[in-house]
Amino acid sequence: MRRFVQLYAALDRTGSTTAKRDAIAAFLHDAPPADAAWAVYVLGGGKLRRLASVTELRQATGTATGYPDWLIDESYAHVGDLAEAIALLLPPGEPSDDTPLHVWMEQRLPSLSRLDPSARVAQLQAWWATLPSEEVFLLNKLITGALRVGVSQRLVVQALALWSQLPTDLIAHRLSGDWKPDATSLAALAQPAGDDAHREHRPYPFFLASPLESPVESLGERAEWLAEWKWDGIRAQLMRRGEEARLWSRGEERLDGRFPEIEQAAGALPSGCVLDGEILAWDAQATAPRPFTALQKRIGKLKPGAKLLAETPVRFMAYDLLERDGADLRESPLHLRRARLAELLQAMPPTLLLSPAADTDDWAALARLREQSRERRTEGLMLKRLDSPYRVGRKRGDWWKWKVDPYTLDAVLIYAQSGHGRRAGLFTDYTFGVWDRGHLVPVAKAYSGLDDAEIARLDAWIRAHTIERFGPVRSVEPEHVFELAYEAIQRSGRHKSGVAVRFPRILRWRSDLSIRDADRLEDLRRMAEG
Amino acid sequence: MRDPLLQPRREGLYCPAGGFYIDPAEPVAQAVVTHAHGDHARQGNARYHVARAGFRLMRERLGEPALIEAYDYGEPFTLGEVQVSLHPSGHMLGAAQVRMEYAGRVVVVSGDYKREPDPTCAPFEPIACDTFVTESTFALPVYRWPPMAQVIDELLAWWDDCARRKVSAVLFCYALGKAQRLLAELAPRVDRVVHLHGALLRLTQLYREAGVVMPPTQPLEENARGAALAGELVLAPPSAAGSPWMRRFPNASTAFASGWMQVRGNRRRRGYDRGFVVSDHADWNGLLRSVRDSGARRIYVTHGDGDALVRYLREQGHDALPLSALGA
Repeated sequence: MRRFVQLYAALDRTGSTTAKRDAIAAFLHDAPPADAAWAVYVLGGGKLRRLASVTELRQATGTATGYPDWLIDESYAHVGDLAEAIALLLPPGEPSDDTPLHVWMEQRLPSLSRLDPSARVAQLQAWWATLPSEEVFLLNKLITGALRVGVSQRLVVQALALWSQLPTDLIAHRLSGDWKPDATSLAALAQPAGDDAHREHRPYPFFLASPLESPVESLGERAEWLAEWKWDGIRAQLMRRGEEARLWSRGEERLDGRFPEIEQAAGALPSGCVLDGEILAWDAQATAPRPFTALQKRIGKLKPGAKLLAETPVRFMAYDLLERDGADLRESPLHLRRARLAELLQAMPPTLLLSPAADTDDWAALARLREQSRERRTEGLMLKRLDSPYRVGRKRGDWWKWKVDPYTLDAVLIYAQSGHGRRAGLFTDYTFGVWDRGHLVPVAKAYSGLDDAEIARLDAWIRAHTIERFGPVRSVEPEHVFELAYEAIQRSGRHKSGVAVRFPRILRWRSDLSIRDADRLEDLRRMAEG
Repeated sequence: MRDPLLQPRREGLYCPAGGFYIDPAEPVAQAVVTHAHGDHARQGNARYHVARAGFRLMRERLGEPALIEAYDYGEPFTLGEVQVSLHPSGHMLGAAQVRMEYAGRVVVVSGDYKREPDPTCAPFEPIACDTFVTESTFALPVYRWPPMAQVIDELLAWWDDCARRKVSAVLFCYALGKAQRLLAELAPRVDRVVHLHGALLRLTQLYREAGVVMPPTQPLEENARGAALAGELVLAPPSAAGSPWMRRFPNASTAFASGWMQVRGNRRRRGYDRGFVVSDHADWNGLLRSVRDSGARRIYVTHGDGDALVRYLREQGHDALPLSALGA
């Protein structure tokens, strides 16, 4: 574990991606393979199943320090990271333990879930007492989730490529799917190319589009591009290999069992094919999908019941064909892949759809068509170069997303809470309200969209204009109006306001508006109906 | 009921029975000034009362015409009806706590203080009193200072690493107090030259004249650039971070020496590569210890975000209040 703590410190101390890549590659080279495999897993964003609740961690901290709960909460709110707050609060331990990372990950930490809560609290304290502060911090990070040390999956792939001297795309593919963090899998990553025995289980790395930031005409000839609607669902690969159909999400999680109607329809596909597309909530007779919020009811359900399946059926909107007859098609041009996809889907049940091309003669006509995005329940258009291969990751140039402008609303800042990570100790998590019969009712929370100077100014203002404190949350005097952008608005029984605003973020601080100018809830409700 | 010794006013903390202010923010007739930091020692007061150990620094800050009375630590003097004396607070060279005695009651205003040893100044002196006014800059238990020797080890390891990588080691720290304390802590460990940003020169010279032992320092040459500074340690004020001054270092590792560096988010937000936890304020345990040492029946908490300290002290059975509760 100590060596991994050193790697973490090295990663934390530099902003340079090259230095980070080199530090990870050096670790892969030096560390025992079983530890290196776990480092790849957790740095790439992998997590263990939830091992201890926040309540249990706070309770163990309280017992170990003698501090009252409120003081632990204040400290947590100030630090903005529970793992770190605990490490800073605990009395210095007697460092005696250097258990290897893989033993922590495979034996010790999983053993927590077999304990009852009081034994779990005792076990946490016993471990903390044997570790120096920086290891307590990292251990807590591993227990509570993401490491957040400025390392992306892509950077891990680059480090693996450097270490193994293999191309990044090959590493990315080998790492995709349910890669197992053990010494054998790590060795398999570094095998010479063309030696992929277990390929059949893995999805292909997804090709991701970049936002179109220049005028659409700058893309050149309209005829060189395929335009499609940008669907607002769950990106997924549908794999049919052997007798099995599998569905993988973009986060490379298996969605087995969650969408049985798609798996069932996939039974009609010939063996040895992989489709890239979008899962959408779609009623039997409808001409357009339902909004994303409808799909959310299905996402959380591991085994949906008959009622949910009937109420919220889903379809798979396919837009690319990555494999046919067991052959990898990614290097062939899009227009050929798409032709074969269309042919394949002709005889398929309606649960498997072909994403239609948005055909127009020129860019101007396409721009006009894009204005229908909202009524078609899409987010805008996708533009894909017809002669391009299916690439790996977010590579600019061949796939662009051309989204429609978001909706906006003007709302008043009513609550603030301090942020996490880089924004720890600053009030950066805001709740906004709109008017309902003379009262401000919360409708949206937003975390981003202000620059550092604005955050600092607002932070100082919040401290000076707090009305009440509820733990880490403060209510503030209604004074500041912000313009929020959002993607959709829905009726919601779960929200006090009766509406759910999807993906709200701050567009700008409207210091030109007074709180009387903020939006009215009745108007938002009307929007949600429409 | 009005307190005859403590009255927070717009101009600063006022002592009605003595007719003076402590660290006034606006010009007044009589000012007792605890130390030479800019937010405590301001120009424009008619008369200043300070500790002798800090006289030269005060003169530097306040200018030649200022009327400054200097007193030894512990030397009593009278202002109005109050007997006043100044006692070391351990914050920086010449920093003082203010002890006020009136009608048989003793009030101590700590000013800024710390409990850790500091080779540049006299250590904090615990004073028995009835009412103790404490600062609360770092008033949460997550603030617990590591031993200075450990911090200096880390700092030297960082400097060595920079030398190996042939990059400059630029250490940001407050120009008055913190910079000289770091230099004095380095003195027994290194005899290499340390380069100083212009803002640190005069103040460091004053510390040398006060007898503080520091490694050799030299002003950063106006045209020194790039390779000439590779592997060198440079001390600069935080205001130089991100300024055009930094352009002379094509490759530098940056660090900040401050108590705030205890929290990772603070360091990441400010964009320093490294943070060294060095503070001239009391940590959580230092605050609690000083409250206990004072034996005071009434504790007032000032400065910073002291709500948690007040609540904690009250739960521990102390009669603690925010100083602002005294009202104006």
